[in-house]
Amino acid sequence: MTAVAVGQPLSHLEWLESEAIHILREVAGQCANPALLFSGGKDSICLLRLAEKAFRPGRFPFPLLHIDTGHNYPEVIACRDRYAEMLGERLIVRCLDDSLARGTAVLKSPDEARNRHQSVTLLEAIAEFEFDACIGGARRDEEKARAKERIFSFRDESGQWDPKAQRPELWDIYNARTCKGENIRAFPISNWTEMDVWRYIERERLELPSIYFAHRRPVVRRSGRQGTLLAPVTWLTPAGKGDRVEQLSVRFRTVGDITCTAPVESDADSVGKIIAETALATVSERGATRLDDQASEAAMEQRKMAGYF
Amino acid sequence: MSAIERLPEFDNGLLRFLACGSVDDGKSTLIGRLLFDCKAILSDTLSAITRSSQRRGLEAVDLSLLTDGLQAEREQGITIDVAYRYFTSGRRKYIVADAPGHEQYTRNMVTAASTADLAVILIDARRGVLTQTRRHACIAHLLGIPHIVVAVNKIDLVGHSRERFEEIRSHYLQFAERLGSAAARFLPHFIPVSALNGDMVVERGDKLDWYRGATLFETLESTPSARSEGDRRLRFPVQYVCRPQSPEHRDFRGYMGRIESGAVAVGDAVLVLPSGRETRVRDIRIMDGSVPYAGAGRSVTLLMEDAIDISRGDMIVRREESPRIVKEFEAMLCWLGEAPLDPKRKYLLRHTTREVQGQLVEIGHRLDINTLEQHTAGRLLTNDIARVRFRLASALCVDSYGQNRSTGAFVVIDGSNNHTVGAGMIL
Repeated sequence: MTAVAVGQPLSHLEWLESEAIHILREVAGQCANPALLFSGGKDSICLLRLAEKAFRPGRFPFPLLHIDTGHNYPEVIACRDRYAEMLGERLIVRCLDDSLARGTAVLKSPDEARNRHQSVTLLEAIAEFEFDACIGGARRDEEKARAKERIFSFRDESGQWDPKAQRPELWDIYNARTCKGENIRAFPISNWTEMDVWRYIERERLELPSIYFAHRRPVVRRSGRQGTLLAPVTWLTPAGKGDRVEQLSVRFRTVGDITCTAPVESDADSVGKIIAETALATVSERGATRLDDQASEAAMEQRKMAGYF
Repeated sequence: MSAIERLPEFDNGLLRFLACGSVDDGKSTLIGRLLFDCKAILSDTLSAITRSSQRRGLEAVDLSLLTDGLQAEREQGITIDVAYRYFTSGRRKYIVADAPGHEQYTRNMVTAASTADLAVILIDARRGVLTQTRRHACIAHLLGIPHIVVAVNKIDLVGHSRERFEEIRSHYLQFAERLGSAAARFLPHFIPVSALNGDMVVERGDKLDWYRGATLFETLESTPSARSEGDRRLRFPVQYVCRPQSPEHRDFRGYMGRIESGAVAVGDAVLVLPSGRETRVRDIRIMDGSVPYAGAGRSVTLLMEDAIDISRGDMIVRREESPRIVKEFEAMLCWLGEAPLDPKRKYLLRHTTREVQGQLVEIGHRLDINTLEQHTAGRLLTNDIARVRFRLASALCVDSYGQNRSTGAFVVIDGSNNHTVGAGMIL
């Protein structure tokens, strides 16, 4: 444990940490059967540390749940499994491929990005385990639609978010009451920024999947709405005819479905260097790296209304 | 002031502030200016709003587009919900609540004000103190925001006139006096500003030499941070009880929560409310380590000397600093629900970590927040604010909101649909 000056006013990171712990304990205190969405990505890795701070020496009062699109980087899946084992907590994995096999999720074409479709699998898992709350690592600074979402965000029986009918949320009194079939999504790190997450990873010395750090990788340049993006060349996303494949030193700022997550050029091979780079970044996190948010200004809002977390 | 130079000083606390005003006052432009001059806008965000501005046929980049979030809002060109923005100055992290100035105004502003340490009230220098200014001042006062800044904006459009600035200041103070004795401790800070040109926001500019006070940015930087002020009495609402019952922690009973105010030390004699049982603090844990002492704002786990029954919803306090234990109280209530408050019905009242049934006993008066006039009222509609009396099915441990924003606040929940329909401040 870090030797904290616990009588001093809180630094901003301590404030954020304490708020997140408070939120996690409210979920545990108010909800009968919550789950924590854990993908092996940096934000959900922070959530796990916060859950340790909230509940140790007890076990987590919820299982970890991962919705696997089948299109994840193996480094991330390996890290996910290591964390679950290290913490001794139960990990539930539900796969989009099973929803596709059942016919409950349907892709337009085999190579369509799968991010949007994981909502189906998530809602199926919520129904299967009768979860009344899902804790997620979403942050308000990620995207405009998220900026207005509550910390305790209500979803109706079909898993939908209605931005115009959100429950007022005052002080830090949270209302997690639901009827059967309804669901709360709770976001303990709503008030964190990308920089806060990196600062926390540094302070807590959290292990991350290696692809967050600079490494050489074959990529091709593709143009998006907001300029050129680097698309990784992988088994799922092979180079097209006429694409010029380059070996570049890159890192991922977010890790999601392989088909829609782009790395950025970087030599930052340590948390300290990433923090320095983040401080100088001129492009927002999702703007630089998410192929799926570039489709339209309202892309995230529409996905959320359909049950996306 | 490049970002990298600012890195070492980064961790100097957090300030939550609220910007009150309408689009016409240049509120969004002011926030946009603050973000822009702090270099907190990233280039893709800037290019996105540049494109949006061009699509709408605007000549200059409209900084107000930075704070317009949802699709529905963009279509209508208004903000319909509270949005939160984040930026850092290098010394401090800021959370800005942007409450819209149109419909549902009271509800949104009350929500945004509930967590704010500081409010920036915008006044258009040409129009002076308006009804909405009084409304903003009234809500900021009601919600107990400890610091108020009055930004007299568009000062360039009145020729940077000092006389006009002083006139607006005295008009505002006349109204503020009527808000009650507590308003005296607010002592708002008045700043002449041109958000459009950037004068007195982050930079001083060269048109307002007669103003010697701090810029808006300097004021934000020097305001005491969250929870560093306020009530010194220990208030520890229990959120969760940890009983691992594992071989290595067979007898472990940890009481988890956040210190809402005051501080706690190992060995302290404490009182568990509402049972009134007494014990001493044996240990204070943060994750797997012990600390001898913890102050306001920390989330900790308390271990007690005696194995007494303590559960979620209980409150741990110091013996000589007990809150009121009540089954009836008076409060200022802001009604948020779509349906009117029904005096015949029972509602759920959620206060810290405890939830009890409650019923309205009487509506003392409804407050007109524009004029501060008091009216008799038989019922309350959305956005109404009133002095009310509630009777509770079981006891709550409360302080007055004026003394403690955590233990003086409650929300009202409609048990039939679980909606949050009211926000109350205990008198």
